Amino acid sequence: MKFTIDWLKDHLDTKLNDEKIIDKLTNVGLEVESFQTQPSELDNFIVAKIISSEKHPNADRLKVCEVDIGKNENVKVVCGAPNAKKNLITVYAPPGAIIPKNQMKLSVSKIRGVTSYGMLCSEAELKLSDESQGITELSRNKYESKIGKNYFSNNATKVIDLSITPNRADCLGVRGIARDLAASGSGKLRKKNSSKIKSFGKQNLKVKIQREKNQGCSAFGSFLIKDVKNKESPKWLKDKLLSVGQKPISAIVDITNYVMLDLNRPLHAYDADKIDTEILVRNSKKGESFEALDKKKYVLEDNMCVITDKSGILGLGGIIGGTRSATEFGTTNILLESAYFYPKSIRKTSKSLNIDTDAKHRFERGIDPNSIEEGLLVAANLIKKICGGTISKKDIQINEKFKKRKVSFPVTKLQSITGFKVSEKEIVKILDSLGFKITKKKKFLDLIVPSWRPDIEQEIDIVEEVARIIGYDKIKTELPEKVRIKPTLNKQQKLFHFLQRSVASKGYLETVTWSFTDSKINELFKEDKKEIEIVNPISSDLNVLRSSIFSNLIFYLKKNLDRDFKDISMFEIGPIFTGNKPGEQEIVLAGIKSGLASRLNWLEKDRKLDVFDSKRDVMQTLHEIGLDINKIKIDTKTPNYYHPGKSGAIYQNSFDKVPIVFFGEIHPNIIHKVDIKTDALIIFEVFLDRIKISERKIKDMKSKFQYSDFQKSERDFAFVLDKSFEVQELIKIISDVDKDLIKSIRVFDVYEGDNIDKDKKSVALNVTIQSTNKSLTDEDLNNLNKLIISSVENKTGAKLRS
Amino acid sequence: MSDIIKIKTEYLNKLKNVSDLKEINQIKSELFGKRGKISDEFKKLGSQNSEERKKISSELNDTKSELQNLIEKKIKDIEINEINLKLKNERVDVTLPERTFNRGKIHPVSQVIDEISSIFSEIGFSVEEGPDVENEYNNFTALNTPESHPARDMHDTFYLDKNKKFLLRTHTSPVQVRTMLKGKPPFKIIAPGRTYRSDSDQTHAPMFHQVEGLHIDKNINMAHLKGCLNYFIKEFFEVDKIKMRFRPSHFPFTEPSAEVDIGYEMKDGKIIIGEGDQWLEILGCGMVHPNVLKNVKVNPSKYQGYAFGIGIDRLAMLKYGINDLRAFFETDYRWLSHFGFDPLDVPSSYRGLSR
Repeated sequence: MKFTIDWLKDHLDTKLNDEKIIDKLTNVGLEVESFQTQPSELDNFIVAKIISSEKHPNADRLKVCEVDIGKNENVKVVCGAPNAKKNLITVYAPPGAIIPKNQMKLSVSKIRGVTSYGMLCSEAELKLSDESQGITELSRNKYESKIGKNYFSNNATKVIDLSITPNRADCLGVRGIARDLAASGSGKLRKKNSSKIKSFGKQNLKVKIQREKNQGCSAFGSFLIKDVKNKESPKWLKDKLLSVGQKPISAIVDITNYVMLDLNRPLHAYDADKIDTEILVRNSKKGESFEALDKKKYVLEDNMCVITDKSGILGLGGIIGGTRSATEFGTTNILLESAYFYPKSIRKTSKSLNIDTDAKHRFERGIDPNSIEEGLLVAANLIKKICGGTISKKDIQINEKFKKRKVSFPVTKLQSITGFKVSEKEIVKILDSLGFKITKKKKFLDLIVPSWRPDIEQEIDIVEEVARIIGYDKIKTELPEKVRIKPTLNKQQKLFHFLQRSVASKGYLETVTWSFTDSKINELFKEDKKEIEIVNPISSDLNVLRSSIFSNLIFYLKKNLDRDFKDISMFEIGPIFTGNKPGEQEIVLAGIKSGLASRLNWLEKDRKLDVFDSKRDVMQTLHEIGLDINKIKIDTKTPNYYHPGKSGAIYQNSFDKVPIVFFGEIHPNIIHKVDIKTDALIIFEVFLDRIKISERKIKDMKSKFQYSDFQKSERDFAFVLDKSFEVQELIKIISDVDKDLIKSIRVFDVYEGDNIDKDKKSVALNVTIQSTNKSLTDEDLNNLNKLIISSVENKTGAKLRS
Repeated sequence: MSDIIKIKTEYLNKLKNVSDLKEINQIKSELFGKRGKISDEFKKLGSQNSEERKKISSELNDTKSELQNLIEKKIKDIEINEINLKLKNERVDVTLPERTFNRGKIHPVSQVIDEISSIFSEIGFSVEEGPDVENEYNNFTALNTPESHPARDMHDTFYLDKNKKFLLRTHTSPVQVRTMLKGKPPFKIIAPGRTYRSDSDQTHAPMFHQVEGLHIDKNINMAHLKGCLNYFIKEFFEVDKIKMRFRPSHFPFTEPSAEVDIGYEMKDGKIIIGEGDQWLEILGCGMVHPNVLKNVKVNPSKYQGYAFGIGIDRLAMLKYGINDLRAFFETDYRWLSHFGFDPLDVPSSYRGLSR
């Protein structure tokens, strides 16, 4: 909502200066977006200097000038003026500027084969004088230092632009703003001029509001004004509209716009001679259409509120008029409409047709239903004053009467909500100045809400009115109590933090990427999950919710590889989506690592990343977040974007069906499809929500602290077993032989090749044996040895390697 | 001179000049070996009478330990000498580079969420979360923003179905609704998380982060709201003083509503929070609207309180001097390394929020 201080002063008698007024507006809740001079078309004209001037290659009378316009680069302008010569300081107009003399809009053009960017202007073209022989010559003393600056100083008054919140329909007119300021003690609201009108005869153009379900119009008031002479608006009116950036059109249209901006009362003027017989306000039928003032044809749905005559639709009530009944300069008889349309109806229609107009904006938020008559009077008087004519008696059709809203306000409520005390006297004064009608009733104030405040419905609205007028600086600052009733984080949230920082501490950079992604990349990681489309995506390559974090990670990995980074470790922890309903999502930590584990240096050789790098990061992380690693199980059932032979799934317990982790090398096809160049690419995923968290604290889950000082012994074994036999199982068999004595098992060699059958492998293990209560004898150790060998051989068919 | 003194003098002299391990071992066996001189003297003891024996044995023992100690010391000296000699050849150039290591980093958004949680933890808030996909009711209707309300247009919403029933939450406020529906007052929570609006330019990203705050109890008023936010801003920016301004505004789900500005000034191209006469809008807040409380089955005549919503990304930008919002989500390795935080930097009240 734009207006000037001068305009405000039409309604507000104030001694405050501009800055104070701006402050006050902010303090009562009318946010000042900006307070600045309205940009003018004349801002385009720039002081410039001709750097060189040469004859046009194809025209004797033209010159090609290089012109300094204060930018980094000079521009080339073709000019026909005899005085265009080197070092002349003149006025330059760029492409897009409108020449004041003939209202021509400049564009980049080719003049006899040479491209000219803009124009050097004569005084006549700038409407400064009649001098049209040559271009403007500016004095060097005065203008040498102003090259690149605006030639015309912008004297327009400063404009306040308020960002009006949707609840404050009343402040979409200057008077409403003045009323708020007056209430806050910034001045006095001026009395309205009592508009009396000399009317002649009946309004004999019949208007009717159809009584039907979903009727969007509650009241329709009108004047018939005859024998007017439509013309350009007088200067004061034009200036007023121009000052807030509105374009003057004709007196009649300008007057309706002025009344709308001034009083927040939208009006519409019809050329009465173009109306066929009578006006009927009714619901539209699907398929009806009309051409609106924005020159577009609209095809309507059922139940849109339309203004019609015998020949069809004239306009959409409260939203936009039609071309068929538009006023023109030749218009002599007009029908002036001032009506009330329901916000819901306006909103539904304008949303469905995608129209936004000043009138729609206001009706949608709620116009003062009692302003119908005032709007008619003010506008009709102005029309009569400017365009002449005679005004009929008013005609107001009412379909539904406006009911006054009442609120009973308990005075104590104010302090209970705001924490500060205001005397009843003060409250009454504020509410009165805002237009409430007040009756005191013991501890209550019985209030009648002003008709221009559709937003006020209940007690809390009254609290806000009083509080904002008094000012929020009255609110005290109550120091917060440092009391904690509940733990800040629950177990799940703690796990999130541990997981996040644990992975980061392994050299991974955390990133945050969109929750949406490109369906084409998502496809690679989606498996059989549902694709969740966004109906209105921001762009076609961010069109689905992600089924996996990898679609984004791999996309950005590629970008970073393109920046010539090679060894990249990144992770993200966040949601992936399995459906389009709330809750159909889970939190995943996904890590990705490219390149080499070590790059040739004086200590280390090149070593490519492999599945066991991924496994190490995952296992250490699981340890750190507090899982019991002895209970987990690993198998090879991994999603199709993992390398089928070099990836694993981890289950929290050996009996679990759902894995909590996948790790491994990425499927080579994906590297191929995404077109990535890297030595190796390993990935892993941790499914946070699937991890079962014990209610107990770690301290309570720890076993008793026991240790042994008896002699430790180590024994080495090498077994030859089937290639497909998993070492995980072998280790379990050995440790099950004697859980007390066998302290640890370390795999120190896996061998396939010479001296071993093709389908076999040799696994060498080192077993540490220690008793908690005695020194083991050679006999004890030999017995255990034998037991280990026989158990392994019996259960796996392995043979001890000799 | 007794034999013992003779042996002693002789070998003390010998040992003085010995510097070779072999020679010392030779001396050692000459003295203490099976046929060693000291061993022999001990054997002789048996033939002495008791008084004599006492005297000689004490003399002999003293001599034995003196010689033994000297020999042990000599051996140690020589060994140490040998090690020292060896070390001269074991010198490496320690200025050569070490084995490679990688430094991981925590994203500024995560770090700031942890900072915020740490601050609110001190004053008794717990952390709640809600889903990114919301239904239209929780995101709008329950928050006093029915379909017919123009305030809905202020949020450019991503929809997940044609009927506009499911959407990506446009703010964290639906967590208020979920929290209050599943529990009983009092409520004192914050809810950080991802939020989405179909808006994208230099200062807007289609995804960003908010933290919601909610405190509902029997007598919570705007002074508590102001106190809470004042405390938070001071703690967050780690300054002693803060200039803060409450401006009346409008959100459908709070009333009275306010926008909060903080004072700042520019010094050498950097924003200094808490000083100066410029104002920066940083959050929206207000008293939870009675209609919202009714919608979540909380009796507004018994309970009241405040709610606020803060843009996390913006806070991170202000505190850590990051200029471009879009860069948060572009995963530029250089940016992540530069603005990221060490994983050991866990914000806490006793160690300080930031290093």
